[in-house]
Amino acid sequence: MIRFVDVHKSYRVDGKDVPALEPFNLEIADGEVFGIIGHSGAGKSTLIRLINLLERPSGGRIFIGDTDMAALPDPALRAARQRIGMIFQHFNLLSSQTVSENIAFPMRIAGEKDAQAIRARVDELLQRVGLTAHANKYPSQLSGGQKQRVGIARALANRPSLLLCDEATSALDPQTTASVLDLLAEINRELKLTIVLITHEMDVVRRVCDRVAVLDAGRIVEQGTVADVFLHPTHATTQRFVREALPEEAAGENVPYQNVSGRIMRLSFRGEATWSPTLGRVTRETGIDFNILAGRIDRIKDMPYGQLTLAMQGANVDAALQALRAAGIEVEELAR
Amino acid sequence: MIATHLPLLQTLFPNIDDWGELGQACIDTLLMLGGSLLLTVAIGLPLGVLLFLTGKNQLHAMPKLYGALSLVVNVLRSIPFIILMIVLMPVTYFLVGTKLGIRGAIPPLVIGAAPFFARLVETALREVEHGVIEASQAMGATTWQIVRHVLLPEARASLWAGVTVTAIALVGYTAMGGAIGAGGLGDLAYRYGYLSYKSDYMVVTVLLLIVLVQLLQMLGDRIVTHYSRR
Repeated sequence: MIRFVDVHKSYRVDGKDVPALEPFNLEIADGEVFGIIGHSGAGKSTLIRLINLLERPSGGRIFIGDTDMAALPDPALRAARQRIGMIFQHFNLLSSQTVSENIAFPMRIAGEKDAQAIRARVDELLQRVGLTAHANKYPSQLSGGQKQRVGIARALANRPSLLLCDEATSALDPQTTASVLDLLAEINRELKLTIVLITHEMDVVRRVCDRVAVLDAGRIVEQGTVADVFLHPTHATTQRFVREALPEEAAGENVPYQNVSGRIMRLSFRGEATWSPTLGRVTRETGIDFNILAGRIDRIKDMPYGQLTLAMQGANVDAALQALRAAGIEVEELAR
Repeated sequence: MIATHLPLLQTLFPNIDDWGELGQACIDTLLMLGGSLLLTVAIGLPLGVLLFLTGKNQLHAMPKLYGALSLVVNVLRSIPFIILMIVLMPVTYFLVGTKLGIRGAIPPLVIGAAPFFARLVETALREVEHGVIEASQAMGATTWQIVRHVLLPEARASLWAGVTVTAIALVGYTAMGGAIGAGGLGDLAYRYGYLSYKSDYMVVTVLLLIVLVQLLQMLGDRIVTHYSRR
């Protein structure tokens, strides 16, 4: 588990302290994929670098397990870093070394001398990220997605229990992003590896994260499970991120409802509720009428979800809402 | 080769009476160049790495040390080589026991060229992407590991370009050194070509120096291309 206790960070610029992160507390559980979302300048890259002490906190304590990271002397910090993988937006591979040599590099840093052991581990990692055929190429000969796969293989070389992802997909096209995210999810599942990722895209969070913290101007303004935050964002910044991730009509935010008769309700379905015909049953039983204004069915990580914006009419709307709630569907009334 | 072409060369340059001496001068120049280049790199490379590491916002930023090193480098670089050579004569004598010949030439050559090369090294290292250094820090690398396995290999191509430029600068310095007793091609050009009005010597030495510089540049370019992976 990673624990931030009253951590804050400011930078000294021209003799003045400029706060980058306001004091905050945060816990990240073992084995989860934790997302930190924020606009550029919100402090997210500072936050992720606090974990492996690439940035030193100005105050507060950071624990990985029981280890107080900032209190470690240099050699112990280096040893701890060897157990933390990190991947980067711009990959940061050694351009003078081949794919294999790049993947072997962290093992060499950690003092592994056995060439055969290195060879075997590199082969295994190449296979995991699907780059066996490119072992002897140089980074400049690879596509962005392939470079990030090398980055991932390199980060896994020393069998870390924690992987930090610094905007790992921001330099990639949507299709490549999807495949890299799938790989991260697979690694999380199969290696039981904790992943902390920072991003400015809600879609990245929706696809792979279990929990998310929203960072705005150095403050954590909202955190929770991705489903809660994504389906019911409360802070304005979060709402904007969610809207950016949805096609306009599905978000239903910009459609004027003044001329629509009935009560405007938003229904959120999670998990199995998404696949059961509850809405049909309830309308039949209560005799109400509805009109679909906006809607979408998708997945949050592995969980299917649906969200429908309806205009409901009829005498029994309240009874219908109660029945929907009883069936596990979240119902909220939208202001006009 | 020279023997078979001797009649032709003798017709072209009738005033050159000892081709053997010219050959020896070539060898002397090459020895001075090789020796001083080796020592220049041996001293300039660590100095350049130190300049880089202690520079602003770098791994071991130490403004005072950087300022001091930088000043020494600048002072040595701002003294014209021919004056540096004269000023350094006592030092040279102390170091190698003579002020003359190949041995006498090497200390001033190295002291003149090493700061120059160190600057080139510093510039080359600054061009290494910061992200790569950060990635190695995140892996838990020591500074020495970063220098040895990241900075130097990543900057290989520009470092070799720096070695080439330095070698060519050293060719010029050795010729200058010739004038004050270092021997080699510069010595011949000065003594026979200038003081004895045998302009043939001047022409031949200049031609030889041009060929030498060309060869060094071609070799350097090849190495740089070989190591360019961007």
